[in-house]
Amino acid sequence: MSKHEKIEKNIGVMGVLVAVVISFAGIIEIAPLMSQASVVEPIPGMEPRNPLELAGQNIYVSEGCYNCHSQQIRPFVDETLRYGHYSMAGESVYDRPFQWGSKRTGPDLARVGGRYSNEWHEIHLMDPRSVVPTSNMPGYPWLAENPVDIEETVASMKVLKMLGHPYSDEQISAAADSLDGKTQLDAVVAYLQDLGTAMPRSMK
Amino acid sequence: MIDFNDKVVKQFTIATIFWGIVGMLVGVFIAAQLAWPALNFDIPWLTYSRLRPLHTNAVIFAFGGNALLGTSFYVAQRTCQVKLFSNSLASVVFWGYQLVIVGAVLTLPFGFTQSKEYAELIWPLDVLLTVVWVLYAIVYFGTIATRTVKHIYVANWFYSAFIITIAVLHIVNNLAVPVNWHLSYPVFSGAVDALTQWWYGHNAVGFFLTAGFLGMMYYFVPKQAGRPVYSYRLSIVHFWALISTYMWAGPHHLHYTSLPDWAQSLGMVFSLILLAPSWGGMINGMMTLSGAWDKLRSDPIIKMMIVALSFYGMSTFEGPMMSIKTVNALSHYTDWTIGHVHSGALGWVALMTMASMYTLIPRLWGRDAMYSTQLINVHFWTATLGIVLYISSMWIAGVMQGLMWREVDANGSLVYSHVESIEATYPYYIIRFVGGVLFLTGILIQAYNTWRTIKGDKNVKEIAATESAAAGVGA
Repeated sequence: MSKHEKIEKNIGVMGVLVAVVISFAGIIEIAPLMSQASVVEPIPGMEPRNPLELAGQNIYVSEGCYNCHSQQIRPFVDETLRYGHYSMAGESVYDRPFQWGSKRTGPDLARVGGRYSNEWHEIHLMDPRSVVPTSNMPGYPWLAENPVDIEETVASMKVLKMLGHPYSDEQISAAADSLDGKTQLDAVVAYLQDLGTAMPRSMK
Repeated sequence: MIDFNDKVVKQFTIATIFWGIVGMLVGVFIAAQLAWPALNFDIPWLTYSRLRPLHTNAVIFAFGGNALLGTSFYVAQRTCQVKLFSNSLASVVFWGYQLVIVGAVLTLPFGFTQSKEYAELIWPLDVLLTVVWVLYAIVYFGTIATRTVKHIYVANWFYSAFIITIAVLHIVNNLAVPVNWHLSYPVFSGAVDALTQWWYGHNAVGFFLTAGFLGMMYYFVPKQAGRPVYSYRLSIVHFWALISTYMWAGPHHLHYTSLPDWAQSLGMVFSLILLAPSWGGMINGMMTLSGAWDKLRSDPIIKMMIVALSFYGMSTFEGPMMSIKTVNALSHYTDWTIGHVHSGALGWVALMTMASMYTLIPRLWGRDAMYSTQLINVHFWTATLGIVLYISSMWIAGVMQGLMWREVDANGSLVYSHVESIEATYPYYIIRFVGGVLFLTGILIQAYNTWRTIKGDKNVKEIAATESAAAGVGA
């Protein structure tokens, strides 16, 4: 304990020691993940989101859907019965930020793609209790009135390409036209309908 | 006489109570929305999913943050016997920090967010916060470096670890490439982003809500009790053990996800170890009262501090328990997690803050005591009852949800749909709302008591009662 006195009398030494002590975990836990293939490689057949789905992802983030919906199915019998095959790390490599969530006030959405019709989603997003009477989800009626932000979506694709998402220049230049006349509601539905659909049938 | 800068501490103190009321009010409102969804009104900026981040950011960073920054300046000056390193920088830190908070209020409800929990602030606010934090570190460490006493008091070790680690966590977790003035994409994606986020998220708990508040505890509990810290040796051991263990525990937020197993197991092991240094702090705080236990009866501030430490002990037992993978399989994604968070946040963080404010406020404004001791007692009981309602309803709701989700019948089919678990939860959401209202009432009582104390009012009835009691003892 007398040796500790030296630290107690020197804020520089104490600061450096604190910085050293807190650094190990990040270096040992996070850094190796960046080169672990199963974590950073997309699963076979996985494509980055098309412009409308990407606009939908931006809205999903902006509206805070992650506060109540997870996108991560755990390898348990009940979860795979309810939601489908458990989630693979390779399915979320194009998610920036990740959308695994931490709370299921509403159900998991990792494989919601293709489960309901577009019409069901539209009605449900506008007025959840008209289709699920005891739901406590808020309505998002403004989504139908707002157009998607075309400029932002194109800029998003460019930044994501820089970060390694394999968009071609043709895809980026065609993006604006494909978003013409689309509402935020169209975008969110397109995003939801794509979730979890990349997993090949053989793996499901 | 040293020319202590108490002006900035006063500002932080008032900001603490003000933002506490705002943050808890938003919390009560979103709790009501979960019970009565019509309260979303179909108005975008009043919608639950946009307000929940405002609640978490307001209570953690605005209420908790102002309390930590203010008390750290107070404690550093008193324990180092020196004035603040720079008064003008300290003022910039105060107003800069308020600017970040106002920025959060003006962006989060309007859908400007990064969606990483407790790191939702958009990139320009992240940059501003980084600048303010560096200035804060300069003022704080400058004060410690110019101290006139040899030893650095233990409270300052914890504040130091808090300041350094939060800087590292904030910068790494918010590394992102901007698209426009509000949208940005993190440099990490998927599982790497998930682990980075929960390395941050868990240590926002570990260093903001734990180490920082232990710093507060190590000054204000001995001060209020009029006793020295129980064990110097224990404080050294649990300080280093706590800060070195906490950082590893993040992966327990990602059990059974597609994060590789080795990382999950590592997180679980360190979470279990974490019980020991956590309880070291609790024991050191509680035992500071040894020889003065009678104060639990006579001093509601001490009562509040000891109950805060008890909740700290409880939630740091519950946390490691929930990090065991088999327990987590049931608790994850349910309201049990919300109950656990609030046992720590209301029970430990908020009560310790409120009690420390009661110790601090009369000293700052040169009064003998708070305006009303009786009102502190009322605050204590209102808040405690609120916490008990909150956490017990969320425990029951969480365990119930976990059991309903996994219930499979003899044919191997699911018994309940998801929405049936929501239907079953409504009564508990209402109980939780009532608990929240009580807790909010508590801080409103504190605000009133603080206002009367600052004004210099004397509670004639209470003074007369104390005097006649003293006379009775004398006779």
